Amino acid sequence: MTLDDRAVARLRRAVREPDLAQTKYRLAGVAGSGGMGTVYVVEDVELRRRVALKILDVVDPDLEARLRREARVLACLEHPGIVPVHDVGTLPDGRAYYTMKWVQGDRLDRYLSRPIALGDRLRLFLRIAEAVAFAHAHGVVHRDLKPENVMVGPFGEVLVLDWGLAKVLDGAGELAPAPGTEESAVLGTPGFMSPEQQAGGSANVDARADVYSLGVVLQWLAGPGAPAALGAISRKSMAPRPDDRYPAVATLAADVARFVDGANVSAHAESAAHRLLRVAKRHRVAIGIVVAYLAGRALIFLSTGR
Amino acid sequence: MDEQRVRHFPLTRDSALAALRSGDVAERARGLETFSSAYWGPVYSYLRLRWHRSHDEAADLAQEFFADVVQKELLARFDATRARFRTYLRVCIDGLVANHDKAALRQKRGGATAVHVELDEARGEMERLATEPAEAAFEREWTRSVFSMALRRLRADCEAAGKLQHYALLEGYDLAEERPTYAELSRQFGISVSDVTNRLFRVRRQLRDAVLDILRELTATEEEFREEARALFGDRAP
Repeated sequence: MTLDDRAVARLRRAVREPDLAQTKYRLAGVAGSGGMGTVYVVEDVELRRRVALKILDVVDPDLEARLRREARVLACLEHPGIVPVHDVGTLPDGRAYYTMKWVQGDRLDRYLSRPIALGDRLRLFLRIAEAVAFAHAHGVVHRDLKPENVMVGPFGEVLVLDWGLAKVLDGAGELAPAPGTEESAVLGTPGFMSPEQQAGGSANVDARADVYSLGVVLQWLAGPGAPAALGAISRKSMAPRPDDRYPAVATLAADVARFVDGANVSAHAESAAHRLLRVAKRHRVAIGIVVAYLAGRALIFLSTGR
Repeated sequence: MDEQRVRHFPLTRDSALAALRSGDVAERARGLETFSSAYWGPVYSYLRLRWHRSHDEAADLAQEFFADVVQKELLARFDATRARFRTYLRVCIDGLVANHDKAALRQKRGGATAVHVELDEARGEMERLATEPAEAAFEREWTRSVFSMALRRLRADCEAAGKLQHYALLEGYDLAEERPTYAELSRQFGISVSDVTNRLFRVRRQLRDAVLDILRELTATEEEFREEARALFGDRAP
């Protein structure tokens, strides 16, 4: 039998599609795919709602351990910025899956392909940082933060996805490292991962690795020609030595929030002229009222001599 | 299907690569049959695209290549730590073509001394090959061969079990230019819609297992098998 390219593509899709016959889910479409597996949109026929089903493409004990661990990590993190997990299971063909909330929206990289004001971009960043800070407070380091792993919903809500490489810090539960994520493995995405991750030393990776990745995300969000203070925040977040970065995501977020509010940021020492300009910009309404009042008084003085 | 087979990697017949090195003639023949079924298409198209050989020349050289695999035990020299298996095969083909061309040239000049190109020398070409379209064609043909073999096995298995209708359902649904609805298939085959879906998913699972069986036979190590399976079943083409 000779198969043309389209037939091969159809067969590849057919053998990948999950057999959901013995579950309460019915296939509705494909949401996306990644290194570990494919995410399908499925209908939960009992609850009559759509959910996302993440399933391994192949039966692989190491990947299965990672998938199940990711589901358990998600189950530990109840936050509006972290996608909630519903269910974990195994299909008759042996492939493990879990279901989670289906978010109708765009990945951050696609969402930002449209023109969006810097202030709005930074407010998205603050929502991402809030979710990551929450995970850190629960002893979980994401380790793979990048625009592709953030979803923006139709109302601007932000969800941080793909916790498959997450590191659970000591004392944060019984989540053993997943196979392939141990001590010597290099985990993360080139361009977004911290130098300590690139060095392959999992033991040296802590919350400051996420600070680094968020610094890269911030730089990407700000785009070329970003204001100097914002550039300084990114640079401080991306310092090669963890000790030179913000000690926590919350501190980084606080600096970005100060920038958004027009206040002085800790990462940037500005000149007196810049400070004057920034203060003037920040209080432009009040200054405008005072200037208008003074101009009015001057006009009255000139016309009446009083 | 037994529990072991479902939960772990499929238990299959022995590796075709191991069979090729067997002392037993019948076992070697079985290995060559599986190996050449999977690689004939890729080797032929590679010779056509990379070396611009005519149909007849490419077919002759491909024949010679498979003969060399057995007679010169080419696969015994494969080192999984240095290259992917299919990259190694392409290097072997390059060596064969170079030998062939040099021999032809000498013959033209009146000599007929055999020329041997060291495979280690040819390995230097690996990086360059990786960027050429012929490599993509080789990989694409390999994927095509694996699915063609899997379909043939699936058909034979269905026939042996008296369930050719299952295979026909797969053909009618997954190989059709436009997928029919389950209701249309139900009318076409005179069975209920639930029978259509149940049989279709069962036969798809059989196809999936057949593909995994073939991958198992064509890979040298567990790691390579997993890598191939992830590539073939995942989003990226192998």
